[in-house]
This record gives sequence, structure tokens and C-alpha cells, in this order.
Amino acid sequence: MLKRTGVPDRSQIKDAFPDESYLIKPKAIIECFEAIPCNPCETSCPVGAITIGADINKIPVIDHAICTGCGQCVHNCPGLAVHIVSIKEDKALFRIPYEMPDVPKQGDIWDGIGRDGKTVCEATITAVTQKEGFDKTTILNVETDKTYLYDFITVRRP
Amino acid sequence: MIKHEELIIIGGGPAGLSAAKSALEADLNVLLIERYVRLGGQLIKQTHKFFGSKNQKAKMRGFNIATLLIDGLKDAPGHLTVLTEATVVGMYDERIVTVWHDATYKKYQADAIIVATGASEKFLAFENNDLPGIYGAGGVQTLMNLNGVLPGTDIIMVGSGNIGLIVAYQLMQAGARVTSVLEAAPRIGGYAVHASKLRRLGVSIKTRTTIKRAIGENKVEACEIVSLDDQWNIIEGTEETINTDAICIAVGLSPMHQLLSMAGAKTSYISELGGLVPCVDENNQTSIDGVFVSGDASGIEEASSAMVEGRFTGLIAAKKLGHVTKGFDKDINECRDQLFNLRRGPCGLKIREGIRKLREVNDHA
Ligand SMILES: Cc1cc2nc3c(=O)[nH]c(=O)nc-3n(C[C@H](O)[C@H](O)[C@H](O)COP(=O)(O)OP(=O)(O)OC[C@H]3O[C@@H](n4cnc5c(N)ncnc54)[C@H](O)[C@@H]3O)c2cc1C
Ligand code: SF4
Ligand code: SF4
Repeated sequence: MLKRTGVPDRSQIKDAFPDESYLIKPKAIIECFEAIPCNPCETSCPVGAITIGADINKIPVIDHAICTGCGQCVHNCPGLAVHIVSIKEDKALFRIPYEMPDVPKQGDIWDGIGRDGKTVCEATITAVTQKEGFDKTTILNVETDKTYLYDFITVRRP
Repeated sequence: MIKHEELIIIGGGPAGLSAAKSALEADLNVLLIERYVRLGGQLIKQTHKFFGSKNQKAKMRGFNIATLLIDGLKDAPGHLTVLTEATVVGMYDERIVTVWHDATYKKYQADAIIVATGASEKFLAFENNDLPGIYGAGGVQTLMNLNGVLPGTDIIMVGSGNIGLIVAYQLMQAGARVTSVLEAAPRIGGYAVHASKLRRLGVSIKTRTTIKRAIGENKVEACEIVSLDDQWNIIEGTEETINTDAICIAVGLSPMHQLLSMAGAKTSYISELGGLVPCVDENNQTSIDGVFVSGDASGIEEASSAMVEGRFTGLIAAKKLGHVTKGFDKDINECRDQLFNLRRGPCGLKIREGIRKLREVNDHA
């Protein structure tokens, strides 16, 4: 139970994902399940794929058919609640926001971590991007086995 | 000698800075008094990106919002004087204040005053809570983000409101290990997204759990935690001892009403607003003519609402002193709309209820 443990239920996570057929292209997955007064994801999306509306307390709704996977909403979300996901053959490819000072290097293999903080898989860091516009949030491209599509959320030094 | 001022703003946090901006834009002369060495209030300690919408500078990091607000004061038409390291220690009839600054007491009399003193931390009663190694969340933030010092390496956070969750996250970023966040209530108090960020880092969050006592000779070495039942009673036999070298308390804030109380402004205890708060009308004016309040000092909320309230109060104070700005009605409506929008969701329930009770108290008076 999210409000008791801080970990969303499996069904909430699944609902945040589109049908896997969409994931041949990168898509944003928004795990923002609570009505809080916030809307940078909506205002940062260049194609209008995210809707919150005039009442900024509403939960964001994404149209995965429109989302281009550009990643603008990822570094603009103050809640670190958005990541980009796609599937390529037997791999799951992620783009995640990362704010710890211990930043991995491209090519590193770190622990893939689940939403409860436990290690779930191996995670290969395929790119590390730090840009002025990201305002100190690092964006990591990470590759795991496709099995961990719904389990992986971040990385930790092994 | 008493120096005369047009508008005095006490406190240079988001509320005070925003009030200063709108008052200066109305061409008022403003004296802004801040007890810390720098302006910015709570914002200068906040390294995370803020929530809200664009109007409240959402997605900027707190300390950058402070800089933006301070820079925004530069080109306004009115005249601004800023006193830092200056503490208002007394407030009296006729809008007279005493300020401790430069090792002397100075007296000012103002046509209007905006009190934007923010809030102070609540503390928690438990055995040995005076042992070294036990801090308030604000103290931890000052140590860590302003002085670059960690309070400990294995830390227990007490309180899962946004402040507890955010400070725990900042501690992890700074290289400490937060072993658990304790929460007496059955549900996490702060935003779920903040809680999820912590869980990913391996921090456990224990609801229905509280601290029973701190253990240690000369400083904290461990603490005993215990589970609570539905009636918030301790469940005997659930005690557990955790090694820790620092305990951080984040159990809430209370508005800093002291100056207003001293001046004789009417106050009322409203738990939804954080405790004793000044009774204000819909223009944020207290029971003393020409004395206004905004931000956390009038009820614990957020920087987003503090900025809007500050802007609002600055405009109202200016009008009271005969400086009606061109777009006054439009600006006031914009502020009201923004506050409505920030507070209309489930997270705003408490503040809405608090404001309703406050209005009730006023109506009875
Ligand atoms: C850890 C943490 C995280 C937060 N995260 C967010 C967030 O993500 N989004 C958000 O919107 N809000 C957030 N907030 C809340 C936000 O910081 C406060 O609501 C906001 O700062 C209140 O603004 P204020 O101007 O009323 O008071 P403050 O910012 O507290 O400023 C009050 C100022 O008055 C000064 N002062 C007090 N007494 C005197 C005196 N007698 N004489 C002179 N000066 C005096 C103080 O030194 C201070 O500078 C957070 C707060 C904390 C602690
Ligand atoms: S990834 Fe880009 S297109 Fe997709 S929702 Fe985010 S900002 Fe919009
Ligand atoms: S920006 Fe992030 S936290 Fe804010 S509403 Fe969008 S997804 Fe939720």
C-alpha cells in the first residue's frame, strides 16, 4: 500500500505502463498516484501528451499514443516520478532521473534496484547525461534483461 | 529616537520577499528586516525541485527560487532598505517595533507592517530527548546544507511529513545513512512521490511506530522504537532497539505568532494551521489596524502559497497606504485564484478547514 510503505502496488505499476506493443518506441511512465498540487510534467511536454488540467491537484494522465519519449518530463518532474521505457529484443531500456552524488560511468554494470530498495537485477549503464537544462538531475540510460521491465526503477553501486 | 517608515516587512522568506516586491511595485518605501545573514528564509536550505505550477516557480530548486525572488526586488520603482542580521524583538502599539541590529536596539514606527516570520519547529517528548545527537529537521538542514556538516552516519528520522521525507533524502544525498523513517500515524504524512524516492534508496518507512526513548551515555548511541495501535497506544512487547548516532525530529511546525501576540493581536488555536495563529480577515489583516501577516506565520503551508500570499498582502498594504496599483483588482483576483487552485485538492483539505475555522472565530468576535 503506497501510503503505508511508499511502494506502489504491482497493479498500480502495471496500470502506469501502456500495452507492451507501444514499447517498441520509448514512452514515458508516470508513477504519480496521488492528487498533489503539481503540474510541471504537463507544462514541460512539447507535444501535449500529459493532461492535468486547470485543477493542478489532478493526477496526470498520459496518452502513450502521442508521447514521443523525448524525456522532457523526466528532469522536470520534482517528484522523480517519471522514467522512459522501451523494449528492444530481450532487453528493457530505461532513461531514469538520478540525484545521488555517486554517479556511474558509461559501461559500468551496477545493481538494478526495485521500488522497495532491494536489488533485482544487473543494470548496464549505457549513457550518462548531465546538462545545464537538467538543473543538476543526471539522466542515466540503463539496460536490463526484459524480465525486469516492471521491477527496475533505479541503480546502486554494487 | 524612533525612525518612521512607510512599510516594514518582518522576515525575508518567500512570503516577505514577495510582499516586498508587490509593495515596491506600488512605489512604497519598504524596510525589510531579516534576522539571518541572508535573505530567503527556508528556501535557502532547500536543494530539491519544488512542486506547484509555473506561477509558483515549480520545478526550480528552492535555493534558486530564493535568488530569483531576491533579484526580482532590484528594478522595482519603490525604495527598498534591507537589514540582515537584524531581529525584531518587540512589537507594540502604534506599529512600533524594536530591532536588535549591529549590537544596538533601534526603534521604528511604520504606517503598515507585514509580519512574515515563518514558523518554528515542534519538538517531541520522549525519554532522553536532550541527549546530544538529537536534532530538529531545520537544525539538520542548516548543519548539512549551509555548513556542510553531517549530523551523524546512521540516522533515524522521526516524522514522515514532507519535511521529514525531504530531509531524509537530503541526508542520503549527503552521504549519511538514514536507517528508518518513523511515523506514528497509520499513513505516510508527506507526498507519496517523496516516500517512493526514499524507498528506492533502501530507507524503510515504519508507520504506526514511534520513538520511546533515546539510549546513550553522553550522546545518542541507540534508540528504542515501538509500535502503536489504532488508538495511538503503545503495544507492549513490540519494543525494538536500533543503533543510531543521530535522531532527527520532523514532527511539524508552529506559526511564529509571538510578535503579534506581544502587540496584542487576537490569536486563536487552530490545529489545522499548526497551532496558535493570528485571527486575520480576508485581506490578511490582523485585529490591529495596518498590521498584516502572510506565509507560514499565518498558518503552516508551503512556499508556493507563501509567495502568493506575500504578493497579495503587499498589494493590500500598499492600497491601505494610498498606493493603488494599476492592475490592482486583476492582480488580487489572480492571487485569490492561485491560492484557491493550490488548496483545492485533497492536500489542501487541512488548510481549507483551518481557514474555515479561523473565519468562524472572526465571525463570533
Ligand atoms: C525541508 C523542507 C522542505 C520544504 N519543501 C517545500 C516544497 O517542496 N515546496 C514548497 O512549496 N514548500 C516547501 N517547504 C515549505 C516552505 O519552505 C515554507 O512554507 C516557506 O518557506 C514559508 O515561507 P515564509 O516566508 O512564510 O517563512 P520562512 O521561509 O520561514 O521565512 C521567515 C523568515 O523570517 C525570519 N524571521 C523570523 N522571525 C524574525 C524576527 N523576529 N526578526 C527578523 N526576521 C525574522 C526568518 O529568519 C526567516 O528568514 C519546505 C520546508 C522545509 C523545512
Ligand atoms: S517523454 Fe516527452 S513526449 Fe512523452 S510525455 Fe514526456 S515530455 Fe511528453
Ligand atoms: S511533475 Fe511529477 S510529481 Fe508533479 S504532477 Fe507531474 S508526475 Fe506528478
